[in-house]
Amino acid sequence: MKDIHGNIFNIMRFAVNDGPGIRTTVFLKGCPLHCAWCHNPESISPAPELMLRPERCIACGACLSVCPQRAIEKIDGRYVTHRRLCRECGACADACPAEVRSLIGKMMTVEEVMREVEKDKIFYQSSGGGVTLSGGEPLMQPQFSSALLTACKNKKIHTAVDTSGYAPLSIVKKTNKYVDLFLFDLKILDEELHIKYTGFSLQPILTNLSWLCRNANELVVRVPLIPGINDAPDQIEKIGRFVAGKKSIKEIQLLPYHRSGADKYARLALEYTLPNLVSPGRQKMQEIASSLQKHIQTVSIGG
Amino acid sequence: MTERVQKLRQQSLDAAPHLSPERAEIVTRVYQKNDFLSAPMRRAVVFKTIMEEKAVCINDGELIVGERGPAPKATYTYPELCCHSEQDLEILHSREKISFRVDEETRAAYREKFIPFWRHKSMRDKIFSEMTDEWKAAYEAGVFTEFMEQRAPGHTVLDDKIYHKGMLNFIADIDTAIEKLDYLKDAGAYRKQQQLQAMRVCAEAIITLAQRHADEAEKLARSEKNSKRKAELEMIAENCRQVPAHAPKDFWQALQYYWFVHLGVITELNPWDAFNPGRLDQHLYPFYKRGLEDRSLTREIARELLQCFWIKFNNQPAPPKVGVTAAESSTYTDFANINCGGLKPDGSDGVNELSYLQLEVIDEMRLIQPSSNIQLSHKNPDAFLKKACEIIRKGWGQPSVFNADVIVDELLRQGKSVVDARNGGASGCVETGAFGKESYILTGYFNLVKILEITLNNGVNPLSRKKIGLDTSDPCAYKSVDDLMDAFRRQVHHFIDIKMRGNHIIERLYAEYMPVPFLSLLIDDCITKGKDYNDGGARYNTDYIQGVGIGTLTDCLAAIKYFVYDQATIPMADLLKMLASDFQDYESTRQLLLNRAPKYGNDDDYADDLMREAFEVFYAAVDGRPNTKGGVYRINLLPTTCHVYFGSVTGATPDGRRARTPLSEGISPVQGMDRRGPTAVLKSAGKMDHVRTGGTLLNQKFTPQLLDSEKGLDSLTHLIRSYFTLGGHHIQLNVVTADTLRRAQANPEQYRDLIVRVAGYSDYFCDLGKTLQDEIISRTEQHSV
Repeated sequence: MKDIHGNIFNIMRFAVNDGPGIRTTVFLKGCPLHCAWCHNPESISPAPELMLRPERCIACGACLSVCPQRAIEKIDGRYVTHRRLCRECGACADACPAEVRSLIGKMMTVEEVMREVEKDKIFYQSSGGGVTLSGGEPLMQPQFSSALLTACKNKKIHTAVDTSGYAPLSIVKKTNKYVDLFLFDLKILDEELHIKYTGFSLQPILTNLSWLCRNANELVVRVPLIPGINDAPDQIEKIGRFVAGKKSIKEIQLLPYHRSGADKYARLALEYTLPNLVSPGRQKMQEIASSLQKHIQTVSIGG
Repeated sequence: MTERVQKLRQQSLDAAPHLSPERAEIVTRVYQKNDFLSAPMRRAVVFKTIMEEKAVCINDGELIVGERGPAPKATYTYPELCCHSEQDLEILHSREKISFRVDEETRAAYREKFIPFWRHKSMRDKIFSEMTDEWKAAYEAGVFTEFMEQRAPGHTVLDDKIYHKGMLNFIADIDTAIEKLDYLKDAGAYRKQQQLQAMRVCAEAIITLAQRHADEAEKLARSEKNSKRKAELEMIAENCRQVPAHAPKDFWQALQYYWFVHLGVITELNPWDAFNPGRLDQHLYPFYKRGLEDRSLTREIARELLQCFWIKFNNQPAPPKVGVTAAESSTYTDFANINCGGLKPDGSDGVNELSYLQLEVIDEMRLIQPSSNIQLSHKNPDAFLKKACEIIRKGWGQPSVFNADVIVDELLRQGKSVVDARNGGASGCVETGAFGKESYILTGYFNLVKILEITLNNGVNPLSRKKIGLDTSDPCAYKSVDDLMDAFRRQVHHFIDIKMRGNHIIERLYAEYMPVPFLSLLIDDCITKGKDYNDGGARYNTDYIQGVGIGTLTDCLAAIKYFVYDQATIPMADLLKMLASDFQDYESTRQLLLNRAPKYGNDDDYADDLMREAFEVFYAAVDGRPNTKGGVYRINLLPTTCHVYFGSVTGATPDGRRARTPLSEGISPVQGMDRRGPTAVLKSAGKMDHVRTGGTLLNQKFTPQLLDSEKGLDSLTHLIRSYFTLGGHHIQLNVVTADTLRRAQANPEQYRDLIVRVAGYSDYFCDLGKTLQDEIISRTEQHSV
């Protein structure tokens, strides 16, 4: 187990929106989909990425001399990074004292992650919380995810997996043994639109969801609501009809779109392709929730 | 809220604090006339004269009567302790924050009578004239503060004795004690007799005050047209004839009795933390239950009476301070901190119906005074904690939450009996005490970071270039952080010795010149010992020194250990040079110190182990050393607002902190340096051995978004329960956004009602100084995105 490494980009303690109780969420880097609204754009590519926060720069120039690619240039007193030259080696991030530069993505062993996870055991016990694997897509690193989930179960820690559902069924089956709760994303129930906004087919996702409906310990479906993309009444109705009668789906959680991820795109020099959308208000969310309640008893807002 | 309560509450909020010369006039007159009385008797005559002569005030519609001054927020001064100069009065009158109106009549009285009489005679003058040069040098450098230079020792809370005994019973006890005096065998018998006589005079005097209120209520009743109010006034008169002379018969009288006692204590002198009924829900519960049973009381009447009682506290601003003491705790609140919940004397769950009603009262009243807290034991139901959290999340800073089980452990460790421990609780900011039986005096804040600064400068205060500490050798010669710790330890002992030498003189000055016979009546075992509260009369006599800045100190030690010794990338000499220049031209190193060194508050043992070491150094220098009252010293870790003052006298520090900016407060991490969320903060803070303190203060700020759902509320209760399982003493929660605070700073007129938790108490945000406002804004917001 010691040798299995996971590609991790964040471990967040006191996560209260990713399953029951107080949790620690382990974010795995790399996702097969690339949804236009993704608020963790640093999670999509499995490769390390340089994130910049130029507003923190104190113009000390420490980055300039350490870059092996000479990708950093001083222009008008500012330190500009030429992304096409950058090989994301992280030398500048190591040198930067002011946390302007950070390299996203770190290979960690199961043991290392467990050391972090176990720190909040006392809070899991009090609150009925535990660990959530999120991402990125945890099922894209099946060996590591299974090993980490097994380690949690050995320590009697509740486990949840937050998944896009896009993975081979065999992996879903294999992982399911160690998962107390699946948080399963369902975005758009329309093949064409699904491909348009996420890049990939909906079919494997539905196959996996159907299998989990029969086999998961506990299953919650999460629907991110993106204005103008999947929030039209007919799309919501489709989702409603899909979950209707599937008794093993305990709950639908509606996650309102927010632009908080947009800044990150700029920091990663990625393009944010969505137009300037406005987050759905409380009233809109409640309307959608009540329209879904025809099909399933428990609908919650905000995770 | 009833119409009556709404009106009284609004009147209290609208009343402007102003000085009343009434008390100063009486005390000056009595001192001029009574040269040959013993100290306790002289103090008793002062007390008696005030009770006989002070203006009696019964406000329209109120049910609990009695004001300290002639009207709500008419604030007394205490010239025998600290006589304000004319300039002080002008500052009080015209300053922007925490001002007190001073009229011409008062100024004239000061000019013509009070200042000429008290100059060079007040306790403050006596204290400063007795202090040594080394004490003064440390005091002026901001190494420590001195509590008793303008306010009296107090820091105590009442137990349940007044609910069973009238003042006439106390007088009978006093007479018994006098009869038992043995002039043949006890050389101190006469001294005791004088003390007991003085207590007797005070007990009679408080009855007189109540009778005068009864007379006034009867007078008002006679001319009252409204029959309902007339009946109320007649009831008030009846209450004032019953209490405090006799034990209270019902819920209303119980509250009225406490209120007279409270007025007595805060009129006799201006003791720190005013006075406080302590475990109010438990004390009142028998009256509440009986009232419901015999139908003389309903839940709603009890609510209204409690609310009227609450408003009385808000009518009494903390007496105005001057100089450093004003800077260390500048506020109208006088730190009366009412307890709720906790354990019964037999160790069982102490939460009752009244606990819940009390929480509702706190919620509806939204007043900065009295302060309130819950005592949370693992035996208390979750519903109680949840109800408290529902109020906490509204974001105006009350109630704070204490760990009742750890408080019992703290008191037991200090040698109290188990019943005294269970009857105890927390008061002031976060201080642990055995209610009704202990004098637990905070003697001064102690600037741990300043002492590290002095250590790093080999005994010299770099801001004044004066040598005020020990010669502990050049820090550049240290081989490891252990060498630094050794030097720091010696400096801490040096300054604690200086502080204690001063304390022991001041303690004797209060024992000799400023006995408090009225307060002594109320605290066991002053009557049986025939000894004053200020002279060791209490059953337990504890002195505290309050460490400030343990978060900053820890981060300094961690930065030095990491960069100077472990990584060996910043030589000590370079670091010292940078500190001396306040990081001028060393911004990138400062950023490294801020961002790369391990920090306390992140559940990182590298830093947290150093916190524990620093704790041990402070603890070893203080704990268990004797004071002059038969008790010993203990430590606690709380700052009130002193971390701002202490920061302003401390240069740049190795954690990357700039010169003269605030230190960390309480046991909270350095502002903005806790980057792993609230569970990590609680884990770090839980590594301290709280049981060996008499109180620690942990401040956590939450944004309302985090707590507006049911899940958020549950998470808050779990955080608190878990922190208490880790052994934490106290947690207080601010629920606000930084944006709201910034808006309040820019447009104070629109946010006058904004109350924030400052440090062990709540205050109006707009009344705080800008530095403190900035500091509150910068405290890390715990976000869960």
